Amino acid sequence: MNEFVLIFRNDFLPEAKFSPDEMQAIMQHWQEWIGGIAAKGLLANGGNRLSSNGNTVKPNNIITDGPFVEIKEIISGYIVIKAADIDDAAEIAKGCPILMVGGNVEVRDIIPMNI
Amino acid sequence: MQQKELIPQLYRNEFRKMAAVLCRLFGIEHITIAEDIVSDTFLLAAETWGLKGIPENPVAWLYTVAKNKAKDFLRRNDIYNEKVTLAIQHAANAKNEFEIDLSNTNIVDSQLQMMFTICNPCIPPESQVGLALRILCGFSIDEIADAFLTKKETINKRLYRAKEKLKQLKVKIEMPHEQEIGSRIDNVLTTLYLLFNEGYFSAGRNSKIRKDLCLEAMRLAYMLVENKTTNKPEVCALLSLMCFHASRFEARIKPDGELVLYNEQDRSLWNKELILNGKYFLNKGATGSTLSKYHLEAAIAFWHTIEIDSIEKWENILSLYNKLLIIEYSPIAALNRTYALARVYGNDTAIVEAKKLSQDHNHLYHSLLGELFALTDNKKAIEHFLLAAKLTRSDADKKVILKKIEKLNQKVS
Amino acid sequence: MKEFALLFRNESNVGSEITPQQMELMSSKWQHWVGGIAAQGKLVSPGSRLGFNGRVVQPGDNVVQRPYAEINQILSGFHVIKTSTLDEATEIANDCPILSIGGSVEVREIIPMNN
Repeated sequence: MNEFVLIFRNDFLPEAKFSPDEMQAIMQHWQEWIGGIAAKGLLANGGNRLSSNGNTVKPNNIITDGPFVEIKEIISGYIVIKAADIDDAAEIAKGCPILMVGGNVEVRDIIPMNI
Repeated sequence: MQQKELIPQLYRNEFRKMAAVLCRLFGIEHITIAEDIVSDTFLLAAETWGLKGIPENPVAWLYTVAKNKAKDFLRRNDIYNEKVTLAIQHAANAKNEFEIDLSNTNIVDSQLQMMFTICNPCIPPESQVGLALRILCGFSIDEIADAFLTKKETINKRLYRAKEKLKQLKVKIEMPHEQEIGSRIDNVLTTLYLLFNEGYFSAGRNSKIRKDLCLEAMRLAYMLVENKTTNKPEVCALLSLMCFHASRFEARIKPDGELVLYNEQDRSLWNKELILNGKYFLNKGATGSTLSKYHLEAAIAFWHTIEIDSIEKWENILSLYNKLLIIEYSPIAALNRTYALARVYGNDTAIVEAKKLSQDHNHLYHSLLGELFALTDNKKAIEHFLLAAKLTRSDADKKVILKKIEKLNQKVS
Repeated sequence: MKEFALLFRNESNVGSEITPQQMELMSSKWQHWVGGIAAQGKLVSPGSRLGFNGRVVQPGDNVVQRPYAEINQILSGFHVIKTSTLDEATEIANDCPILSIGGSVEVREIIPMNN
């Protein structure tokens, strides 16, 4: 088993786009999806959800307010999973609820840290 | 050998063996009884041998008496009889007439099992260390009190509460399953590490006791290395770390208890044999894919055994401290990293980094800053050393710090 | 203390023209930087370094066979740190060695998980 990071991206839009009921339903989907991965023993790290509060630091002391938005999508969170290979990991990513709201999931292999 | 010397020596060597076997036999509910039976055996030895002289084989004498006392207790005590016999039948699958097995193999097995029982995070760390000293190392309550610089009653209460807790949780005295050992051994190593550090770094005045604590921790770690199922890379790494540290024992404490700083130690007093043992176990631990904090600390300790100060030495130490801190933060590792930083990049860089550490209340932080300023800014150096002297609770540390201040003051005048 | 994710990006073809010596220097700089954060007790988790192997799973069962490229940059790793404010986290990010090779660091506040 290898570890892969799933990175979630969606449109950078004000978060209050959804009604509380819709939010509730989305959260439910997420919990079920991640719960399913964890139930198979494939969740290596629950990861984090990122708020839209952020800065971007670039060379030569250039600091811009807000998340990294060279394109219109921003990273909204990530988790680390275990899978046999990257395609297997992509299979798992296909179940991610972010796809239902037009977002996408990037699947990346991890370089082992030689600390 | 005189009886006066013989009994304490036997107590130190044999108490723990008999106690572990009886504890395992009786189960967690009765470890106090097991302890009492062994203590009574030694009391009887003192009385009898005083009158009749030392028997031909004192150890065999002790074992026979302890066995008989255990059997007597089981037969006589109606209340416990049922439970204990049941427990024994369960544990040893014994017939009605059981034998108490004090063979070497059973002693080692029992001690290992008791190690896993006592090193249990459900009881506080200082209780784990206390119980380990009592049951695994055969320390008397007085000696434990001495080691912790506290009163006998405090230790008695602490051990009582710990035993009650283990009893209440019905902790089983047994080896963990092989698959479980990997996760359970962490607790055991943490306790052994604490036990060693209690001896090595504690401010206790009695250097004999301090050394004994270190040796006991090493003995227990060695038992784990010797056993096939517990011989894990991190165990070897911990033992290696202990060997490297212990190699400086004679050099770092003067007979009167005063600490000698690393830079000022007489390097001919470093114990070469222990350094070799440390290297041996560091190599043995360098297998598998786990890189524990013990590996990193052992590697740091290894570099400290290299007598010649070179850039390479301090670059390696700095890099190891970086890795150690990434695995697990500790204030002392952060300070040590800063010291290594000074040795590689100079004091000014280190001072900038030190100020980011927010350890204003730690005397070691101010000692470090005092050290870093000593070459360039006498006034600031003295200020920090004075703060350190004010903040430390150890007399030995205070002595060292005041000496430093004195030296700096001489430089001024 | 709040938690912040530091997301590292650099050009997707970086690495091809880097010599082993430069590589080693970079990794020692990197370790030094992370070690300094850890020494302040501000490292929450050392996160992961990401490999160049990637997939992007998009809505409609659409899988792209490479990492997600934002203009010409891709995500190369992340760490989680804790500081009192976003500014303090940004200041730490401003020392990141990735900036010396033209990369960037995005600093994002983490949404505390309530499970």
